Amino acid sequence: MGTELAGEPATGPGLLLDVRGLTKVFGSLIACNSVDLQIAKGEIHALLGENGAGKSTLVKMLFGTLAPNAGEIVWNGKQVRIGSPGEARRLGIGMVFQHFSLFEALTAAENIALSLDSTTPISAIAAKAKELSHSYGLPLDPGSLVGDLSVGERQRIEIIRCLLQEPDLIILDEPTSVLTPQEADKLFETLERLRGEGKSILYISHRLEEVQRICDRATVLRHGKVVAHCNPRQETAGSLARMMVGGDVHEVHREHPDHVEGAPLIEIRNLSQAPKGPFSMPLRDISLTVRAGEVVGIAGVAGNGQGEFFDAVSGEAVQADPATVRIRNIDAGTLGITGRRLLGAGFVPEERLGHGAVPGMKLSDNMLLARHTSDAKAFLGGGALGFIRRDAIEATTKRVVEEMDVRKSAEDPEASALSGGNLQKFIIGRELDRKPSVLIVNQPTWGVDAGAAARIRQALIDLTRTGSAVIVISQDLDELFEISDRIAVMAHGEMSPTIPIQEATREKIGLLMGGADTGAH
Amino acid sequence: MRLELAKRPQHSKLFSALSPFIAFVLTVIAGAILFALLGKSPGAALYAYFIAPLTDLWSLHELAIKAAPLILIAVGLAVCYLSNNWNIGAEGQFVMGAVVGAMLPILYPGLQQSPLALPVMLVMGALGGAAYAAIPAFLKARFNTNEILTSLMLVYVAQLFLDWLVRGPWRDPAAMNFPQAPRFTGYAVLPELLPSAGRANIGILFALIAAVLVWILLARTRKGFEIRVIGMSPRAGRFAGFSTRGAIFFSFLLSGALAGLAGISEVSGAIGRLQPSISPGYGFAAIIVAFLGRLNPLGIVAAGFVLALTYLGGEVAQIEVGVSDKVVRAFQGLLLFFVLACDTLIHYRIRFVPSERLAAVLPEAKSDA
Repeated sequence: MGTELAGEPATGPGLLLDVRGLTKVFGSLIACNSVDLQIAKGEIHALLGENGAGKSTLVKMLFGTLAPNAGEIVWNGKQVRIGSPGEARRLGIGMVFQHFSLFEALTAAENIALSLDSTTPISAIAAKAKELSHSYGLPLDPGSLVGDLSVGERQRIEIIRCLLQEPDLIILDEPTSVLTPQEADKLFETLERLRGEGKSILYISHRLEEVQRICDRATVLRHGKVVAHCNPRQETAGSLARMMVGGDVHEVHREHPDHVEGAPLIEIRNLSQAPKGPFSMPLRDISLTVRAGEVVGIAGVAGNGQGEFFDAVSGEAVQADPATVRIRNIDAGTLGITGRRLLGAGFVPEERLGHGAVPGMKLSDNMLLARHTSDAKAFLGGGALGFIRRDAIEATTKRVVEEMDVRKSAEDPEASALSGGNLQKFIIGRELDRKPSVLIVNQPTWGVDAGAAARIRQALIDLTRTGSAVIVISQDLDELFEISDRIAVMAHGEMSPTIPIQEATREKIGLLMGGADTGAH
Repeated sequence: MRLELAKRPQHSKLFSALSPFIAFVLTVIAGAILFALLGKSPGAALYAYFIAPLTDLWSLHELAIKAAPLILIAVGLAVCYLSNNWNIGAEGQFVMGAVVGAMLPILYPGLQQSPLALPVMLVMGALGGAAYAAIPAFLKARFNTNEILTSLMLVYVAQLFLDWLVRGPWRDPAAMNFPQAPRFTGYAVLPELLPSAGRANIGILFALIAAVLVWILLARTRKGFEIRVIGMSPRAGRFAGFSTRGAIFFSFLLSGALAGLAGISEVSGAIGRLQPSISPGYGFAAIIVAFLGRLNPLGIVAAGFVLALTYLGGEVAQIEVGVSDKVVRAFQGLLLFFVLACDTLIHYRIRFVPSERLAAVLPEAKSDA
């Protein structure tokens, strides 16, 4: 690869963190296999890897939430053991998690105060937070309620909370996955400023383009092992992806059909809905028609009504007026999710565990979960008694597992035992196997590795080639540009008109995503 | 050295099966310590508790009499608990089932001569229990009330209602001022299984049939699948199109009906009449039975006999060893405690971690910012 030279680990006094032979074993799975990682002072270091490559395990060991089975961690030249997040913080390691741990009903300052061990009064914390937020270009009002803040602003709270502890190393887990392109740019400026001050950053991401843009060095993990240390700027996105996946990444193949007007398969007309709780988004007069043979992408920053929109379209939340949602020319607004499935619709929710699948149930039971009525003929017997036909369900499960290349450790494991990507392949495969006329997918490749993501996207496009209509809700713009025929944007519970892909630009979409928020603060 | 719980990737099938047995062994050990502290010989006391009742035919019949209501109630409770509905009020549903079922022989004594009397009483008992369970179900489904509190409080309402009935309007005029209703006669009495050998009645058959039917329901049908999905993951249940409210009513009505059936069977069989107290806490002990049986109806059958044994053993021990009958409750409490504690082993494994690791970090720690 010729990258070993460029990625030669720094040595000597400039080295902040030196990890040697770190190993973590879960049962028969070696999540981290003798991992080496060196981070110099004042560098932004990328940690790249597919889902299940061992990134999270490695980071959890560095932050003290998991204890390694073997290996050593040398911090500032001294060997240390990190037994808890508190100890990690005392050493000077801070972490910003992908999923925020904030109380929505408390203010930003109160949330920050909660995580500090000290007994400093909240007013002092608020003042310090405000000062920090301005000096790092992360505008934040410490007195604002978290529930009222956008996801980008919530992330700023997490970052400031982390900075207040004056860490030498900041670990960021997939930080841009919830941001608009503009917000991400701002974050990069902050990171560069921190690097200028001599702080080190461990940046976990699967977005190769970002890694190339801001990271000085990268460590690539595959199947729990380090496969390369390299300088991402000397690599191409393709070569980085190959290191991660261990082979050429399958490129999604699609040709734009020349404006064949298919029949409308799903029509949403003037869908409005009051917010269901204090922190939920209302839906405001949404109309959308998706025709046979097309993918319509719905972009937007998380928490702008996408979840509510998905529930309203799937029938988990029903409408008063039957004509609000029409599936294959039949009014479905008052039908529940089972009724809408019977009309030929399929649904893939954002949360895999606990929404799309029951974590503690076997895959075959999770097959029945979404198809107990649509496939009642095959899966159930005994008429009204509804006896479960295990053999038929297990055969279908096996077919889906083979079709989607779901990798699993046992014949019929519990859903929670699968990695995120493999479970997502199963959940999408479960719907595709039904050959739905309409498929609505929320975040199809969230946290899914590159290989599985490409497979999922290809499967969605292939479905439209057979005359189905697909709606993809995603925060990943690259994904939407790759597979959509038209893109709409959700902001504050409203949906923009769709923009044909030929006319859509990242800037246009990004501005719509920002909505009325752009220019605030 | 310290103990650490490490989460297993999948739940352990071995410990799912083993944990009730480990719990039982721990209960026996704790019981032995308890007796030793009371100054009794642990060997003799444990023998009186767990072996003596099994040594003659008469007491095996008594065991069946005690096990029947425990199993009937616990099988219904398993459906509730699997669907995440915490019905703690089976004792009240048991009492109301007995009261409603007893309306026929008490209000229309002449009908006791009809062979239809018993089936009608049993159905009325089941309906009475179900109707009483519908109250906490409705409150939960409609107002999101905590069913643990409402169902528990309704137990005391039912007990006092029964008390008032047998001291007031339903008191037997021929009972010389004893607070009890007239004795059931004719076809209103639950037939005995083998009258020559002991008192056991066909109530135990109801329990076994109910256990098998509910097992089939839970393990083999869509309805059972629905119950388990809603219990494990309500959001996924909604995604599947299952109704959470439907599950609340289904599980409460089913468990109420089974508790009510147990109640009318008890008064028309073992007791023979309504009196101020008709249960030694079956409705509460059945909660232990349900968990000891791992919420599996077939496991519950075995667990029902174990708990029945503690009742019988308590009587034997009271007579032969001279310990208070309160020891029965202590035993049952210990058992539930150990059952719940041992369930940890299903999802976690215990690891011993040497303690030097902890000390190693501290000297490196940097002072707070």
